[in-house]
Amino acid sequence: MGKRVGMEVSIAAAEAVKQGNVDVVSAYPITPQTHIVEHLSEIVANGELDAEFFCVESEHSALSVCVGAAATGARTFTCTSSQGLALMSEITYIVSGLRLPIVMIVANRTLSAPLSIWNDHSDAMMIRDCGWIQYFVENGQEVYDHVFISYRTAENREVLFPAIINMDGFTLSHVIEPIEMIEQEKIDQFLPVYQPLHRLHPDHPVTMGAFALPSIFAETKKAQEVALRSSMPKILEVWKAFGDMTGRYYRPIETYQAEDADTLLVTMGSFGETASVAVDQMRAAGRSVGLMKIRLWRPFPFDDLKKVALRAKQLVVIDRAMSVGACGPVASEVKAALYGSDQRPSVYNFVAGISGRDVAPPDFIKMVDKAEIEIGEGNKEGYELYGVRE
Amino acid sequence: MTKPESEWTWKELTVGNVVLEPGNASQYRTGDWKTLKPVLNKELCVHCGLCYIYCPDMAYNLSEENYFIADLFYCKGCGICAKECPTGAITMVLEEEK
Repeated sequence: MGKRVGMEVSIAAAEAVKQGNVDVVSAYPITPQTHIVEHLSEIVANGELDAEFFCVESEHSALSVCVGAAATGARTFTCTSSQGLALMSEITYIVSGLRLPIVMIVANRTLSAPLSIWNDHSDAMMIRDCGWIQYFVENGQEVYDHVFISYRTAENREVLFPAIINMDGFTLSHVIEPIEMIEQEKIDQFLPVYQPLHRLHPDHPVTMGAFALPSIFAETKKAQEVALRSSMPKILEVWKAFGDMTGRYYRPIETYQAEDADTLLVTMGSFGETASVAVDQMRAAGRSVGLMKIRLWRPFPFDDLKKVALRAKQLVVIDRAMSVGACGPVASEVKAALYGSDQRPSVYNFVAGISGRDVAPPDFIKMVDKAEIEIGEGNKEGYELYGVRE
Repeated sequence: MTKPESEWTWKELTVGNVVLEPGNASQYRTGDWKTLKPVLNKELCVHCGLCYIYCPDMAYNLSEENYFIADLFYCKGCGICAKECPTGAITMVLEEEK
């Protein structure tokens, strides 16, 4: 077992990038991602990691540099938040279209306006459809672990997709947690040197990012769609291999006290840990409540979700982002997953904790109370912004 | 490119749509973009080569009889050659379906 060290999660993330032996780092500092990129620049400057560190003038350039570097066959890392991700968004679609296995950590932060530096998932939802593998993690250990998991998955010849590790800004990025560091020899075994399928090299000229006419564009997108969906077995295989190495097993959908629960809370990201405390309190009070946590956001684990969700009578889906004019994005996906089933649970949707507003265990209990009452009264598809002063 | 791109299925595409064959843009027929095609009146041609120089697509080639002739596989019909020709030897005429 590796050494357990107390460290800030952002520092642990940077240490993971170092241990993953990344060749190129290109990033632009933005709150709350800053500590990751600052620490990485120190690591490279100190000669602890033999990598090129690009100081660029914007996030658009940060990800563009990663595209060029990854196209030459380099293992490439970037990280950002909020407005930075917005500025990168144009390039995110290009990375997945070119099938470059770049790994990015997003320290999730609210999109302006109003201007806010605190946490929610509006940045992640903005690029929901960009075609990357998208993970949501719950704590610092999971951030650290998923750097290795992401590279091994992304670089697999049967996958070749970029991956985003979403971690809640401040809630995770700025807290000190015990992190079990994995020995370097184990990492080197788990994550062999990247062998690109195609790369830019003067000896073997190729064209990447060529123009596609309408007569072939749909075929390219179908190939991309099938490839991302088909990467699911590899994603699971890498999680299994990682679990065998460390004892920490991850699944696309994770559950807590969900087996026999009538009511299931559904969360994504760091909400999961707080919600599990609320579940314990409700269980102690004799209530049939459990928790379902979505770890893999893309490709969306429809089948895994259904297996758990269809056993419950009602779901209380907590979104940490809005899709203004519709319901929460996680709730939309959950509803879509369940629509084809005859006996499906009611889905009550709250948007909570946007812009970093604290959501504590009593808040989860209040949301379950409200949902159970409303559903009991026949409001089976409620949607509300939790905790707003009237 | 061994066949027109309109015949490719999604299963035949390379990962990331990488083009593995260098220079295959030469197989792309831009000639079907045009509505007007350049027609040379050899009586007026002075072999100056301005059409060849000005052609933005490098569609003009020197023939064995020393005339510059537009390759209609590439010519997009922009008409710059006709505009620049000092003797008015090139006329743009409507390309009709055969």
